[in-house]
Amino acid sequence: MLQVEKLTKTYPSEDGQQTVLRNVSLALAAGESLALTGESGSGKSTLLTLVAGLDQPDQGAIRFQNHDLTQMDDAGRADLRRGEIGVIFQQFNLIPSLDVAANIAFHARLAERADAAWCAALATRLGLEAHLARYPEQLSGGQQQRVAIARTLAARPKLVLADEPTGNLDEDSSDTVLDLLMSGVRETGAALLMVTHSLRQADKLDRRLHLSHGQVSG
Amino acid sequence: MKRAAFSALISHWRKHPIQLVSLLLGLALATALWSGVQAINAEARASYDRAAGVLGQDELQRLEPRAGTISLAQYVAIRRAGWLASPVMDGAINLNGTRARLIGIDPLSTPPQSSPVDLSGDGDLQAFVLDGLLFAHPETAAQIPATLPPVRVTDTLTPGLIITDLSTASDLLQTDSFARLILAPQQSVNLRPLSELAPDLLLIAPEEGNDIARLTDSFHLNLTAFGLLSFGVGLFIVHAAIGLAFEQRRPLFRTLRALGLRKSTLLTLLATELFALAVIAGTLGVALGYLVAAALLPDVAATLRGLYGAQVSGALTLNPAWWLSGLAIALLGTAVAGAQSLWRTANLPILAPAQPRAWAIASLKSLKRQALVGAGLIALSAVLAGYGSGLTTGFVLLGCLLVGAALTLPLFLHVALNFASKFSHTALSDWTLADTRQQVPGLSLALMALLLAMAANIGVGTMVSSFRVTFTGWLDQRLAAQLYVTARDQAEATDLARLLDGEVDALLPIRYIEAQIEGAPGQIYGIIDDITYRENWPLLAAQPDVWNRLAAGDGALVNEQLALREGLDPGDPVTLGTAQFTVLGVYSDYGNPRGEAIVSLDQLGAKGAPIQGFNFALRLPETRVDEVTNLLTTAGLPARNIRDQAAIKAFSLDVFERTFTVTGALNVLTLGVAALALLTSLLTLSTMRLPQLAPVWAMGLTRAKLARLELLRAIILAALTALIALPVGLALAWVLLAIVNVEAFGWRLPMTLFPSDWIGLFIAALIAAALSAAWPARRLATRPAADLIKVFAHER
Amino acid sequence: MSVRPLILLFWLWGTALAAQGFAGLGTDAEGFAIPQRGTELTFPDDHGAHPDYRIEWWYLTAALQGEDGRDYGVQWTLFRSALEPETGTGWDTPQLWMGHAGITTPNRHFVAERLARGGIGQAGVTAAPFEAWIDDWAMTSTATGGDQLDALTVTARGMEAAYTLDLAATGPLVFQGDLGYSVKSASGQASYYYSQPFYEVSGELFLPQGPVRVTGKAWLDREWSSQPLAEDQTGWDWFSLHLNDGAKLMGFGLRSNSGVFTSATYVAPDGTPTPYGDDALTLTPLTLTEVAGRTIPTEWRVQLPAQGIDVTTTPTNSQSWMDTLFPYWEGPLRFTGTHSGIGYLEMTGYE
Repeated sequence: MLQVEKLTKTYPSEDGQQTVLRNVSLALAAGESLALTGESGSGKSTLLTLVAGLDQPDQGAIRFQNHDLTQMDDAGRADLRRGEIGVIFQQFNLIPSLDVAANIAFHARLAERADAAWCAALATRLGLEAHLARYPEQLSGGQQQRVAIARTLAARPKLVLADEPTGNLDEDSSDTVLDLLMSGVRETGAALLMVTHSLRQADKLDRRLHLSHGQVSG
Repeated sequence: MKRAAFSALISHWRKHPIQLVSLLLGLALATALWSGVQAINAEARASYDRAAGVLGQDELQRLEPRAGTISLAQYVAIRRAGWLASPVMDGAINLNGTRARLIGIDPLSTPPQSSPVDLSGDGDLQAFVLDGLLFAHPETAAQIPATLPPVRVTDTLTPGLIITDLSTASDLLQTDSFARLILAPQQSVNLRPLSELAPDLLLIAPEEGNDIARLTDSFHLNLTAFGLLSFGVGLFIVHAAIGLAFEQRRPLFRTLRALGLRKSTLLTLLATELFALAVIAGTLGVALGYLVAAALLPDVAATLRGLYGAQVSGALTLNPAWWLSGLAIALLGTAVAGAQSLWRTANLPILAPAQPRAWAIASLKSLKRQALVGAGLIALSAVLAGYGSGLTTGFVLLGCLLVGAALTLPLFLHVALNFASKFSHTALSDWTLADTRQQVPGLSLALMALLLAMAANIGVGTMVSSFRVTFTGWLDQRLAAQLYVTARDQAEATDLARLLDGEVDALLPIRYIEAQIEGAPGQIYGIIDDITYRENWPLLAAQPDVWNRLAAGDGALVNEQLALREGLDPGDPVTLGTAQFTVLGVYSDYGNPRGEAIVSLDQLGAKGAPIQGFNFALRLPETRVDEVTNLLTTAGLPARNIRDQAAIKAFSLDVFERTFTVTGALNVLTLGVAALALLTSLLTLSTMRLPQLAPVWAMGLTRAKLARLELLRAIILAALTALIALPVGLALAWVLLAIVNVEAFGWRLPMTLFPSDWIGLFIAALIAAALSAAWPARRLATRPAADLIKVFAHER
Repeated sequence: MSVRPLILLFWLWGTALAAQGFAGLGTDAEGFAIPQRGTELTFPDDHGAHPDYRIEWWYLTAALQGEDGRDYGVQWTLFRSALEPETGTGWDTPQLWMGHAGITTPNRHFVAERLARGGIGQAGVTAAPFEAWIDDWAMTSTATGGDQLDALTVTARGMEAAYTLDLAATGPLVFQGDLGYSVKSASGQASYYYSQPFYEVSGELFLPQGPVRVTGKAWLDREWSSQPLAEDQTGWDWFSLHLNDGAKLMGFGLRSNSGVFTSATYVAPDGTPTPYGDDALTLTPLTLTEVAGRTIPTEWRVQLPAQGIDVTTTPTNSQSWMDTLFPYWEGPLRFTGTHSGIGYLEMTGYE
């Protein structure tokens, strides 16, 4: 379903061009989950944003279903993201000007796949039903991430990309949130690509890929 | 320490150049419009004074012939009798189609007070008296053909006037006699009285006061009001920029204070920084103001020339006092705009956290509080409108109304957007409206500026247009006769009446006396009963059968100024001179600052006071106007004592179009300042807004699409602001027409509405908003993805 | 009476004239006539105006005593200045006229000034019958026989004061210099110059506090020229002295950067003039006075050893300041020493 082939990405930095990814390849089947691990600066978050189509690699190909993201324009990648890909970041996932209910339904409505019952079910499952009328800034970090997960699952994407989704949470709520994400992904049949620095969390996923200095190792 | 701290403080501006530019530009523009308007006013007033004094007629007595001109022999006889008199030739010459007034003087006998040209330069006097030399304003000089003597340009003359030596004037005007003699203010001892020496000459007193300056007051008041509003609008930008710069530097303040910098030192450094910025922006602003004034002055000059007959030079002279006052207003503006930030900094605990986002996002509660204050101010203005009096109150009322409206604007926008979202059905429109609502506090100052600019446009525009409609209609009524003729004394009046007998359809004598009217100096006119008055006179209120009763000596008509001042209604008694009259009616009398009354001619004669004015209104067929004018001038009546109604009306109409040019230009400039406020606010917010936009982008909206939505948001906000600006502007117009004008000039103009103007302005506001949002939107559309991705990785 | 009016007119019209190369009055004459040595002056014609010469004046000073016992002085001057050497007609006439009148009392000094165009009758001079006038000021011959200048009536009027004087000459006209050809500098600039120094005066001054009858002696100077000054001359001090023995002394010093050029004419009681060239006369300032913001020597020692004259002059009013377009000092004086008497002093060029 997802094939990443020989991705290379450099960013301009103060010391000239800095290569963040070098010839990285990976593959993910439908319904499969893959953990991306590696130390800070290993390029794992960059890989995720490239797969999300938020940015373009310098070399290599990203094939998702029958599209090559690297051959698509900005609008095409945005369409793909709107319809098929859900992204959960470590923070700032939510739209500050919308309340929780609207945030949960937002992506699904953009993808024209809104289903009120499903949204309500997700809110209940994620323990958000008491907070539906609140605004993101009135929620705790854990609650915000639950809203982000609910929003992603509500849109029923084929691929969920998560970048340290629990990185700002303490260990207990971190586990709870991850479990909720995993079960939700499993239930919708989506594939999951998750960046994490926690080996314990990585072990919960089907496979693990370790990045070091922009290259796949081990 | 101080130096290090200061350089740390100002390093902020290097990192935020847009903030610096918006601060400087806002202040510079505010100063520019204000000082530009001041420059125009000052130039016009200087022109009035010059016109009043070009030949010393404002302070010197003069001798004029009862008829015809003064011969050279008579002039020499008067000189040889010891009177210090200076001869003046005065006539019109044709300059390639346009007419100019040519005045010939004798530089040797001209009293210093009336010396209109400077002949102190090398060879000037010789060239003037011997070779022939013309002095003229640059505008007039440009029209003088090369066949005439050489021209010297001078800014001290009003346009349309040429001064030359008598020898040259005598050739050009083909005359050897004089229009008048100017008398030196000091004369020798033991002189033979002029009444014996020259009984056929009239001694005319210096022209008192400056009628033109008085008449044009309302025009300049409008300009000043515009200048003040523009300045206020500019200050919104400055206030916003200073506020943000202080908020963003709070961590720095905290650090500096932690390092041992005293609070007083910090405040001094910040004040110094503001002072320096104000000086830079002020200098820039005054220079810009000069350009604004120079660009607008020709139209202003044309307006004033046509409307009031005031000769104002179209060129601007620089005045150091004006530069300094421009700088001072910039400093004052900065002080006003920065006071709040400085005060807050002074009262801030060392460890209070920085909240630039909180600065931009105010709670609904604070919006409500603000709106409550605004509503209070509006209520206060309503109370003032109902019970207050005086010009100052009028301006306070205006201030309360505008500030009050501005303060309620954010809540209004919030509520309106909330209401609109009820009708939204897509995620995108939900989000767009919700996000627009969230942007309101951050943009509120800029939007308030836009509100003020638009309200001012509507208000002043409505006032000017109402004035035009009323004034032209009034002219038609008031100037029902074709010619207006002024005789200079009783004998001349009798002669004119005899001369005109049978030449015109109606000869309406109008006499007036200067008298105390209800304790203030004014004029009482005497008229005869005629159909002309019955059909045309602009009565605002009258008792039944007013004209018959006036003719029968039953009472008097009073002008609106007097009626308003004394609270007179038809039927009330009024004291004119020493006698009491019944007010039979009230008539409109625009442009006259004094009280005035009309009684029947018989009653005026019976009062026994010396008649000061011997005027006639002549009704005659339009086709005979030239013929009768010639008849009168041939009989020796100076051309300026004959006024042609058609010419006056044509002038007025032309003038109002010119007036609109100026008003229009100022409208555009004010709107431009507001658009700039919007632009700088949007630019400032654009960086802070990334966390709001990034999630939507991650969910599949392109940056281009987001940018288009940003543009749309600005337009929505502008449109909503325009909606509230309309009633505010109309209220402003009402205050100007019904309160400020009445207090300032004593007459009230009916308000006329011009909806087509509103549509134009509405569109202009939307375009202004779109233009100011275009750049930030474009920046968003072309922003590197990495900038947006960073949002998710960065700490707040 | 020397060159003062030349500078005066130079200042008044000089800027105009400078444009035509008149900056140095002595340098060239631009079509104007130039005085020639040996020209015989003829009367009454030469009492009248000479429009082909650039400048000309009729200059009267009268040192007077009032019936109240106080000293008074009166000045009456008419200047003519030609912009071009033509008579002209009407307003196009290039002849300009200026009148100065002064009345000096021990504590006041009244000044009046008049300007007029020639050609229209406002100002002018006719030789016979003689009349010089500007506006209502006039110097009119009342002579019934002899020279037109033998008897005159002079009137002038200002803002505060006026006068009317009757003048009767007790001696003949006196030619200055070489039969009326008067050299004005070491380099030879000259003018035509004659005087009538023998007037006995009676008349009336109309002062703010009331009229005063006066008697005294007057001196009339007639001078015309086109180029009478050297370029470096900065000012002058000019004396007309009525000696008690009936003789008259005219003397002046022209100050320049290179020193003082003096000239004098001693006129015997019978009218016989003895001219003296440079250095015969010595003028020594004695007392300096603050006048109109300037420092001006108001008391002088005047020495003419050739005639045994050594006198000290004292002004009637040290503030005799003529506050006219080109201001100068001009006032009556008394002198004592080898001789005593009354006279007039004028001083220019003190800045």
